[in-house]
Amino acid sequence: MNEALLKTEEKLVYSLRSLYHNYGYLPYSMSKFEEYEFYIQNKEFLVSDRVIAFNDTNGKMLALKPDVTLSIIKSGVDREHAKQKVFYNENVYRVSKTTHRYKEIMQAGLECIGDIDLYDIFEVIHLAAESLSRISENFVLAISHLGILSDILNQFCTDSLFQAGAIKLLSVKNTHDLAKLCDSYGLGEATKQKVVSLTSIYGSGKDVIKRICDLSDSGQIPLLEKLSVMLDCAGQSKHIVFDFSLADDMNYYNGFIFKGFVPGIASEILSGGQYDNLMRKINRNSRAIGFAIYLDLLDKISGTTDGYDFDVLLLYDDNTEPITVANKIALLRERGLSCSAQKTIPEKISFKEICDLRKESEKC
Amino acid sequence: MLNIALPKGRLGEQVYEMFEHAGYACPSIKEKNRKLIFENVEMGVRYFWVKPSDVSIYVEHGAADIGVAGKDIILEYGTDVYELLDLNIGRCKMAVAAKKEFDESKLKTVRVATKFVNIASDYYAKIGKDIEIIKLNGSIELAPILGLSDVIVDIVETGTTLRENNLEVKSDILPISARLIANKASFRFHNSEIEQISARLKEQVREEKGI
Repeated sequence: MNEALLKTEEKLVYSLRSLYHNYGYLPYSMSKFEEYEFYIQNKEFLVSDRVIAFNDTNGKMLALKPDVTLSIIKSGVDREHAKQKVFYNENVYRVSKTTHRYKEIMQAGLECIGDIDLYDIFEVIHLAAESLSRISENFVLAISHLGILSDILNQFCTDSLFQAGAIKLLSVKNTHDLAKLCDSYGLGEATKQKVVSLTSIYGSGKDVIKRICDLSDSGQIPLLEKLSVMLDCAGQSKHIVFDFSLADDMNYYNGFIFKGFVPGIASEILSGGQYDNLMRKINRNSRAIGFAIYLDLLDKISGTTDGYDFDVLLLYDDNTEPITVANKIALLRERGLSCSAQKTIPEKISFKEICDLRKESEKC
Repeated sequence: MLNIALPKGRLGEQVYEMFEHAGYACPSIKEKNRKLIFENVEMGVRYFWVKPSDVSIYVEHGAADIGVAGKDIILEYGTDVYELLDLNIGRCKMAVAAKKEFDESKLKTVRVATKFVNIASDYYAKIGKDIEIIKLNGSIELAPILGLSDVIVDIVETGTTLRENNLEVKSDILPISARLIANKASFRFHNSEIEQISARLKEQVREEKGI
């Protein structure tokens, strides 16, 4: 296979399929359609609550998939001690944030559903890091733990409005307004400083765990410690940062959440986490963790080819014998060169050199 | 090299003075010419002036790693960026203003003229009042005078323009000031540089406040 012909996202998908398969994940294929009602019931989980809906021939309302995870977990395993590991690459249909029109987006990712334990969590986060390394060797994977964050906030103020406001401000590292929020809830100076310090708890596992231990005695901290050691052993610590300003909707997510970044792309290219709360919402007992990679963003860093569409542009005219063109093309192909036979120089096509058979036919 | 988007105008000049004071000077920025980009290779910074309302867009899309934008712009555009520091300059407030004799409580639906459609909509949704939005791009104060709207939602600095046109502030929506913002991916890849700039600017803010 000539890999040079593959687009950046196609090369990546090929590489990811092999990676996930090697860790025991099976490919998961699904229909492009899903029941509209299902998305409406879980719209907060979706990036956008707008979906393309239409009536099936039997009158049933269907939607073009705006999300893959919901479809996988709906039909996934839900038995004690059972575990399902799947990967996918599918198109989803969402409203573009910039054009406000529907857009087809290719998304790849994996889900691990069932009786999952810390090994499974490590495996998924390890595979997230491995996936990012296939996009750029300078990737960063930021990890947080919503359970620990929730324990810390509960210790300071149990008011749900305070917690929602604090998480929103924390997620944009807004210390000044977070301090004002603490003041408005009458929290003392010492408590305020602790809440505000969450915005700067960022760095290597060792440093972050020490600072978190100073703030809280949450029973979930040992999970963070063990995961940090496992990622160290996997040789990925250079690319991992623990960042407690990473926060997501706690109605759906819990435990570990993570986001991946690569140079040249202005937003996260990978996003994932544990979503046991979503499972409870759709009446499933299993636990779950997974991530998605937004392949459409790769356009922004592609273009690493030598810049030519073909090696040789072969020019001929009506005086050139077709067999002469065929023989010349065969010769060039034997030398491993790509070529395009044309009668005029085409616009918007680039090539390294021109082989002009018109001159030879003139000689004849 | 760290790309820094500064808002054009008086606020931007004040902001640049803060960066200069923090050790990130770029003398060429003060030369009178039509250049758009100014670099100090030694300090690893590249400045560019953009329209104040565009700063957060440059930062969100990663064309600038950091920038300085008003809180009004950040809220209005719902920009997904880190808001690292309140620079405590460019202070003003977003407010509802109307003719002195106007009483909002008597109307079922209030006609609101504003540049800040999202901020106005969110404010009235919070207080449970129906509104009709009239989006304007300038001279907002004219709207209630000419009967185009009942109220305006706009930035109020000194209140002089309102007073001179027989208008007054009816309610405050939120305080505004300039904020240091950072792109979320750039924050990962230029962490130490961004943290250092933020810390040095914070020191100036504290000195200014006398803390």
